[in-house]
Amino acid sequence: MKKHLTFAIALAALGCGTTAYAQDDFSAQLKARQGQFRIMAINLGILGGMAQGKMDYDAEAAQAAADTLVAVSMIQQGPMWPAGTDNMAIDGTRAQPTIWEQNDDFLSKWADFGTAAKAIQAAASGGVEGLGPVMGQVGGACKACHDTHRAPAN
Amino acid sequence: MARGGILALGVAAIAAAGFYVTGATPLDSDALAGLGGDPAKGKTVFIASGCASCHAAPEAKGDAKLVLSGGQKFPSDFGTFIAPNISPHPEAGIGSWTLSEFASAVTKGVSPEGQHYYPAFPYTSYQRMTDQDVVDLWAYWQTLPADATPSQPHEVGFPFNIRRSLGGWKLLYLDDDWMVASAETHELERGRYLVEALAHCGECHTPRNPLGGLDTGNWLSGAPNPTGRGTIPSLRPDALTWGPTEIAYYLETGFTPDFDSAGGHMVAVIENFAKLPASDREAVAAYLKALQ
Repeated sequence: MKKHLTFAIALAALGCGTTAYAQDDFSAQLKARQGQFRIMAINLGILGGMAQGKMDYDAEAAQAAADTLVAVSMIQQGPMWPAGTDNMAIDGTRAQPTIWEQNDDFLSKWADFGTAAKAIQAAASGGVEGLGPVMGQVGGACKACHDTHRAPAN
Repeated sequence: MARGGILALGVAAIAAAGFYVTGATPLDSDALAGLGGDPAKGKTVFIASGCASCHAAPEAKGDAKLVLSGGQKFPSDFGTFIAPNISPHPEAGIGSWTLSEFASAVTKGVSPEGQHYYPAFPYTSYQRMTDQDVVDLWAYWQTLPADATPSQPHEVGFPFNIRRSLGGWKLLYLDDDWMVASAETHELERGRYLVEALAHCGECHTPRNPLGGLDTGNWLSGAPNPTGRGTIPSLRPDALTWGPTEIAYYLETGFTPDFDSAGGHMVAVIENFAKLPASDREAVAAYLKALQ
């Protein structure tokens, strides 16, 4: 087994494709990590829509959205971000190489999202007035990471 | 390479067009006489103009952004510009300047020594700043911390390192007329002032010609990102279909209507806009929606 693994790593290092490891196009990892951001956006849309007065405030729906954000923040990130899945290496991603080069910074910014999600969880069912400031905190966490670690859209 | 050659020829031709016309003309020293500065109002001008976004140290956060020690790099087709120290330090920064020298720098792109600044410094927008706002800004400047970090030279090669040639560039491209001639309401007027003067949106969102002049016929219609990767989007109503509330909300929180978030240099822009009154964000939205 160990020998087999070493062989696979050697092949990967050479940049060779191998039929035995069909997941090498990383499409599963890309779908997973991009999907979690979609889940975030959909639930932020519910909270933001209420904060902006575009939809009626509903404490239960707000709480469910906030709980979902916290749930996303608890997904372990490592397996979705294997080396070689930055935007210089493959298509279909805006993930900058800095995610790997400055991985501590990336992970600390992900942790900041978790902190902001918990703040919104605590405030969500307490009335619409409380949503604005915590949405600002979540927005700040998103921007702080996208500032360096996500490439601009084409 | 061919493009570089044409550029070089173009600049050489402009430089040859006349020594006299390329001289640096500072602001008339009487222009600001009698105006008193209000640092509190100057702070708003400072935030809206995004001074700290480029002149704070790289990676500075929070209050450290008020230390204008410079050092951030701005790559372009002409070389890499490095933001200088403009903190009130008397030697390393601009602490020894007079109000008149400061006003000439900001609105004319002319240094106290009579040199032209490169238009990486957006005096092409700031030239539309009111005299009162310049005076208030300078009053606020006196409250900022001084820092002794020396400025670094720009990484700009021949022929762009001939500053005199910028006199010709200014003749061609420095025009203080408004891009949108009419602003019928107070809100549209404020929006125009923010977009075209202080927040200098056009500097990135408008394409440039081979000499780096703004292609004003395509005002705010988007441009390649000078970092070489990606594009800066168009803000014209046919491309930016968001409603005015959505634009204002984006400028406040960084969230797009589908709750994606801003990235890149817009993060700094939003950080500034979030600190301005809601009416300013709404004014920018009104201006953009009224573009024709």
